[in-house]
Amino acid sequence: MSPSLIHAIPLSGQVINLCAAIMLLLGFAMLSQRRVLTLINLFMLQGLVLFVSTLIVALTTDQSHLLWSAGLTLILKVFALPYILHRLIRRLSVKWDIETLLNIPTIMLIGIALVVIAFNVAQPISQLSGTITRATIGIALACVLLAFLMMITRSKAVPQVIAFLAMENALFFAATSATYGMPMVVELGIALDVMVGMVILGVFFFQIREQFDSLDIRHMERMKDE
Amino acid sequence: MIELAFVLAAPFATALLLGLFGHRRGAAEINSAGSLLTLLAAGLLTMRVIGEGPLILFDEQFFVDPLNVFLIALTALVGFTTSLFSRPYMRVEHDHGRLSAARLRLYHSMFQMFMCTMLVALSTNNLGILWVAMETATLTTVLLVALYRTPASLEAAWKYFILCGVGIAQALFGTILIYFAAERVLGHEGGALLWTHLDAVKTQLEPTVLSLAFVFLFVGYGTKTGLVPLHNWLPDAHAEGPTPVSAVLSGLLLNVALYAIIRCKVLVDGALETHFAGNLMIVFGLLTVLVPAFYLSRTKDVKRLFGYSSIEHMGLITFAFGMGGPVASFAGLLHMTVHSLTKSAIFFAVGHAAQMAGTQIIDDIKGLLKQSPTIGWGLMLGTLAILGMPPFGVFTSEFMILTTAIKHYPWATPILLTALGVAFAAMFGKVQGMVFGEPSVQPLSHNPALLPVFIHLGLVLMLGLWIPPYLADWYRQAARLIG
Repeated sequence: MSPSLIHAIPLSGQVINLCAAIMLLLGFAMLSQRRVLTLINLFMLQGLVLFVSTLIVALTTDQSHLLWSAGLTLILKVFALPYILHRLIRRLSVKWDIETLLNIPTIMLIGIALVVIAFNVAQPISQLSGTITRATIGIALACVLLAFLMMITRSKAVPQVIAFLAMENALFFAATSATYGMPMVVELGIALDVMVGMVILGVFFFQIREQFDSLDIRHMERMKDE
Repeated sequence: MIELAFVLAAPFATALLLGLFGHRRGAAEINSAGSLLTLLAAGLLTMRVIGEGPLILFDEQFFVDPLNVFLIALTALVGFTTSLFSRPYMRVEHDHGRLSAARLRLYHSMFQMFMCTMLVALSTNNLGILWVAMETATLTTVLLVALYRTPASLEAAWKYFILCGVGIAQALFGTILIYFAAERVLGHEGGALLWTHLDAVKTQLEPTVLSLAFVFLFVGYGTKTGLVPLHNWLPDAHAEGPTPVSAVLSGLLLNVALYAIIRCKVLVDGALETHFAGNLMIVFGLLTVLVPAFYLSRTKDVKRLFGYSSIEHMGLITFAFGMGGPVASFAGLLHMTVHSLTKSAIFFAVGHAAQMAGTQIIDDIKGLLKQSPTIGWGLMLGTLAILGMPPFGVFTSEFMILTTAIKHYPWATPILLTALGVAFAAMFGKVQGMVFGEPSVQPLSHNPALLPVFIHLGLVLMLGLWIPPYLADWYRQAARLIG
């Protein structure tokens, strides 16, 4: 990149672009991570990046409601949810679980294809965007698709839930980067839903284990139509 | 204003109350009383909207127009009759030892909470709140589907949660995109998520962003509507949850998800001035009519059977709204009404039939008519109605949809007729086996409440023979809103 181009983007914009790049990197890292414990730490890191980017958008655009949502992100996604997940895997004693049967190179290649698709789809939107963070919309969409891919490829319950949460993270990132953050009610609702979902799933995990002696979804009896 | 507050507060307050006392004696009565209160408030709200026209309330966050007030009234009605049915049904389940007192409390509380979230989703003006309400509805029904905690019900609930969770995340992305497009026109403080504001400026919204947004919203809310190929959760969730939950899932939740799609379609149509959204709905609607028809004949579980039938009807309604125009939209709204009423009536009858037989396997349920004529006739008439036999209302709406299709989309007609024919052959044969023959079923320990079945079927029959003029007017107004 030529020096003049770098100067065209203000520092805050560059930091946000950096955050976006880290988000994408973390998305790939989660996609290829076999161990549950590391997966939770990666999820926490993603939450942290999200917090930083939201904070920067809030400070540069001087919008107080974004500060609130940044704080919410910090509490929920960096502290509360990873803590709950850590406790969960300890109590379920799946802390050192390793997912087998993952063809990582193929999954990574599909992931790359998804990123290309996401950038193509987001092209017209990015051109319209007047915000300082226009380049990040494509990345946010790519992160959503990567989380989606992770959800499909995992067979254990805990990684599936982490994939679900990573998808919420990416959506939140899209909301802040494309629109300066949506109105407050909505964010509160999202946060609340994530919490409720976690509580339900906490209960659920124990039930599933009681019934199947495993958190592997493939062990569930397959419902058939014939 | 006070009416809408009541419509939303009554189920919420009842849910809290039942969360505390839902396991005591009389919880079922509180449940019915709360639902009755909601129904009365919805009735008053409806009269008010008919008299005074659309209302915008509570700092513009809620609004009621002919389109959603009709769904609010329908939701409140079916909620009330389901609560009547659930009283003896849940007692029998309790007697059979399938539910503990704590589960019963969870059931009652979540049932009302579910009603509340659906009513919020229907009456809100804010697309963000609509999304939140839809996701909360998903979470409450996940708990309801998993109520029995059997392996099959846990799997159904997990599948439901994952599929609809992913779907609803796509819908959020769509909502973000709509906000993004609207913010450029309405500004940051201009209420860029409020539907009434969006509707006013829909022609100025950026077409590329809106069409992309609609794709995401369609996939997202379409998952909840049960559109093929994201319909897999639906038969499982219907089969494994308690029957009152199957009745409200089929009768109400699918309608609410479809309502969300229709609201978004109005915006996209305004922005695009092409038939993009409609074409998308036509294609997936047809697919959704066709695919489940061929699953019907292979299904062994009676609740799965009617779950697949719900998918098929949702496809038909989506197709109707996709065609658009006054007649097709009228037919779509009418079909929404009659499908809700008929399908919930069928589930009421099926629930008791499965309890009498002690199984949901179709082959093991025989001779309902001899053991209990009311359940037998309820199931038989309900099935005839849902299969589109005249003189029931489903025939009227299907006839209108078919004739519109013949006129505007002749290539779609053979597909629709094939699907309806296959569905008829599969379902009629199976239900005949259940209703007639020598009984294999035992009488119930509590008297079933079958009044709701016949109220619903009576209404469907009436809609088939004669639609009251004010109701027809109301449908026409709503159809005009959809365009």
